[in-house]
Amino acid sequence: MPPIRDVMAAFELFQPTSVNDALGILDRHGADAWVMAGGMDTFDWLKDRIRKPKVVVDLGGVDELRGIKDAAGGLEIGAMTTLTEVATNALVKERFPLLAEAAMLVASPQIRNQGTAGGNVSQDARCWYYRAGWPCYRAGGNICYADTPTSVNREHAIFDADRCVAVNPSDTAPALIALDASMVIKRGAVERVVPAEEFFVGPGIDITRLTVLQPGDLLTAIRLPATWAGKTHYFEKVRDRQVWDFALVNIASIMTTSGSTISDVRMVVNGVSAQPYRLAAVETAIKGKPRTKETAEMAADLAVQGAEPLRHNAYKIPLVKALVKRAIRGGAEWISS
Amino acid sequence: MDLLLKWARSPWGDSVLIHISWSLFWASLVGGLLFLLAHGSYMLFSQHHKLPSSEVDRLEAEMKGLPARIPRHSFVARMFHWVMAFSMLSLLFTAFLPIVGVKFAWVEWHWMAGILLTSSIMFHIVHASVFMDFWSIWVGPKDIPELKGEMMREFGVDVPGPKPGKYPLGNRLYHMAVVVAGLVVVFSGVLMMWRVQTGIVTRNPYLMSDVTWGVTYVAHGLMGVGFVGLVIAHIYFALRPEKLWITKAMVFGFITRREYLEHHDPKQWKTGSHGA
Repeated sequence: MPPIRDVMAAFELFQPTSVNDALGILDRHGADAWVMAGGMDTFDWLKDRIRKPKVVVDLGGVDELRGIKDAAGGLEIGAMTTLTEVATNALVKERFPLLAEAAMLVASPQIRNQGTAGGNVSQDARCWYYRAGWPCYRAGGNICYADTPTSVNREHAIFDADRCVAVNPSDTAPALIALDASMVIKRGAVERVVPAEEFFVGPGIDITRLTVLQPGDLLTAIRLPATWAGKTHYFEKVRDRQVWDFALVNIASIMTTSGSTISDVRMVVNGVSAQPYRLAAVETAIKGKPRTKETAEMAADLAVQGAEPLRHNAYKIPLVKALVKRAIRGGAEWISS
Repeated sequence: MDLLLKWARSPWGDSVLIHISWSLFWASLVGGLLFLLAHGSYMLFSQHHKLPSSEVDRLEAEMKGLPARIPRHSFVARMFHWVMAFSMLSLLFTAFLPIVGVKFAWVEWHWMAGILLTSSIMFHIVHASVFMDFWSIWVGPKDIPELKGEMMREFGVDVPGPKPGKYPLGNRLYHMAVVVAGLVVVFSGVLMMWRVQTGIVTRNPYLMSDVTWGVTYVAHGLMGVGFVGLVIAHIYFALRPEKLWITKAMVFGFITRREYLEHHDPKQWKTGSHGA
């Protein structure tokens, strides 16, 4: 652990009150600027003095980034909307209870009151070697301290590790991918809309980031299409402490059914790789199949194909299998084995 | 110093090298392009000397017994060259495209291209040692008169000989640079396989000390960016009109009798002798 100093290094603080002002500041300061949403991730970095940005842009005063509004049967959620608002909003609960449940399981009530939808998907990796400020791959160095014969890597990746074995810690990210959400990103006068699945990047693409956000970019909103509104969903988060913890593994699933047959499905797990891991092979395999124990067993085996556990995290393989089974059976019965 | 090399503090508090600064990549790229521009301009306006065609006519008349096509590179040697070229370009693109902003999963492609390059070099070492005139490509003190003659002709002074054997001096000097850079980049690259997940060797980042790893990464990086300039120069010379006969020989395997007599010393490169 790094020494906790509590007193942050000096920086210039900007508190814009509009998106345009924020974008102007980000454009002016480029890579020197640090975007702060709720501050839940930011203050760890700043107080540990691992990150020492010259400029901090606090988005807390930008009201236009808050709120949840109807968008043609779907929803648009402002990036600065708190997780509590997401979890308790009537429209979200009615149309996308999968997201409401995921948001409700983030950390603790205090953190959900302060943490934001945009911050939850943009937060950095929680690998303690990385957060300690050591020169690992993710920090721009040439080693992964979490993947050595003596590493403590119980919480790390089992899929798609590419030099770095950190995982994405977000609870809402798999739900947003399952719901086929899009991220609205602004940079200067340009707005681009990125599918949630492409918003997150693995170490193979960019080892120093978990998302496509670059200096100067501002995530302004998350759009949820009506496609999956009101469909059958399942979310489960497994963690060490039930009151307040990051997921060891979580799963988000949304499906349409015809009788007991699965017509269409999207299924995503997180906490297993540096980007939320979509179970595309499982989705293909179970479409048109009944939601039976046999289908669930088959899907569970398929879900973990290609998994490469580290020294201390092989337990994630049976955990993923169990979660996939439960997602398919709708959690109606808790499947042993 | 961060302009050239990147340092970091290890968990044990030591200052360790981690890799080169990517500013060196830009330096090599810009340097290579500037060289290309400078040389191209010089060749456009200079008085560099070529052997008069009457002299080549005389030599052709003298040596009518030579075949019309002189074999220069065997099929195997040409295959090696193009496989190596493919792997080298793959290595450079996979290494440096992400640095210029083209993001893709490059590591797997990079080490696979590295294995191809390593294999082709190992093959070449054996092939050149056993089946080719091994020493014909090397440079040494014996080449100083040729270097002097070449430079004088480049500056427009008409001086007699000596002409090269099979490989012009520029080829031999380039080969020497590629040997040094290539061996360093291959040796360091093979060691770096222990730092990534390849499925070929068991990953062990503690194979060497942090200091040794740092030196390995820096050596790999330096030679890698060096290759950017070297490859730019190579492609440039391969495409220059007065050098196209050499490039064509690397495609078709032979040069004409006239090209042989114009550019080579038949005493040093006897046709029919081993070589490719």
